[in-house]
Amino acid sequence: MSDIHALSGAYAIDALDDIERAGFERHLAACADCRAEVEGLREAAALLPETALAAPPASLRERVLDDIDAVRPLPPVVAAPVSAPRRPRRRVAALVAAAAALVAIGGVGATVWHPWSDESSEAPTVTASDIIAADDAESWAETLPDGSSVEITRSAALNGAVVKTHDMSPAGPEKVYQLWLQHDDVMVSAGLMPSGPDNTVILRGDPATADGFGITREPAGGSDEPTQPPVALIDFAQA
Amino acid sequence: MDRFGQVSPGASSNEEAPAAATDPSSVLTALLRRAGRGDKDAFAELYDATSARVYGLAVRVVRDPAQAEEVAQESFLEIWRGSARFDPDRGSAVAWMLTIVHRKAVDRVRSAEAASRRDTTYQRRNQLIEHDTTADAAHASLEAHRVRSALTSLTEVQREALELAYFGGYTHTEVATMLDLPVGTAKTRIRDGLIRLRDAMGVAS
Repeated sequence: MSDIHALSGAYAIDALDDIERAGFERHLAACADCRAEVEGLREAAALLPETALAAPPASLRERVLDDIDAVRPLPPVVAAPVSAPRRPRRRVAALVAAAAALVAIGGVGATVWHPWSDESSEAPTVTASDIIAADDAESWAETLPDGSSVEITRSAALNGAVVKTHDMSPAGPEKVYQLWLQHDDVMVSAGLMPSGPDNTVILRGDPATADGFGITREPAGGSDEPTQPPVALIDFAQA
Repeated sequence: MDRFGQVSPGASSNEEAPAAATDPSSVLTALLRRAGRGDKDAFAELYDATSARVYGLAVRVVRDPAQAEEVAQESFLEIWRGSARFDPDRGSAVAWMLTIVHRKAVDRVRSAEAASRRDTTYQRRNQLIEHDTTADAAHASLEAHRVRSALTSLTEVQREALELAYFGGYTHTEVATMLDLPVGTAKTRIRDGLIRLRDAMGVAS
């Protein structure tokens, strides 16, 4: 354990000075273990106010509710806002329409791959809008038994693919959704899904040559190969 | 300074609602997400469910009730503004909210002006809390009891360091000086104390 790692507790409860905090936040950006630990320690710290409960004056409630009247909630963090898709090819028209609906619904509460939840430092070079707007973009969608939906759009020319989820249930404690590209009969990890029901994720690897796409539920941190049956499986050979 | 266990003015009646069939944590998550879509009724419910924790934390850290109200008011406004950015899979709604409140409260006490004011209001606030403790003792929550029990699993120095840092708003180096610990060890005490609390309460890590 590096020395800076030991600052996680003090960071979680704001007990660092400004310089230490800035340094630790740089470390956090690169250390998934520390991010996970800080989250857990903040949960623990959030229990402490249970021992200090104090009812505020009733007037505070009115002031707070007055305040919010004048303020619009910030939009969710969206790394790659998806522009209106180009006129779709006939074959994917329905899917693109579904995608447009997803964008409309997902405008609030959707989260997009974000440096904080990115487990690796290699940022994809194509954006989701590049892929969706590509001339050769093709889409596949699948609705899962729980009513959630997964849509993947691939551009072979860009060697890029973007996955959108809608209403995905949480992977579960200590679990994560892992994305896979199938090459022949081998599943190659294409990255981990950030938490949250609505995500837009650009796949890693070589979607252009892949035969299919799958999602499995894996232990936190992901697996080298799928250890669970897929929750979603899409065959790129099917129209 | 106060021990964790001594101050317990009780919760608002809403905060004491009996555990419903639905997990209270997921209720708060749902309210916060609705707030993110601009739902003011949801935010009012969220306020009622958390205001005793938010204000209680603020008053414990900044001590002056008027300043604590300001901290709570600013915090709720920031919570409303940021509600669509809350990510339920990275932690609970209440932890996300109280992180905001705590940061604001700490920023407040670390400003020089506040530092001089808090000392003069300490006595007044202490009396206030004592009164509340008596009046609302019956409202002491089951959760508070669980937290206090969990805190007994900490060593004395872990508990002191955690208390000075969290409720006192001191940095770990200040805490080291106050507790006569070698520089660099208070941060370890704080972390170890939080880990014990986390494990004793079964918080997902």
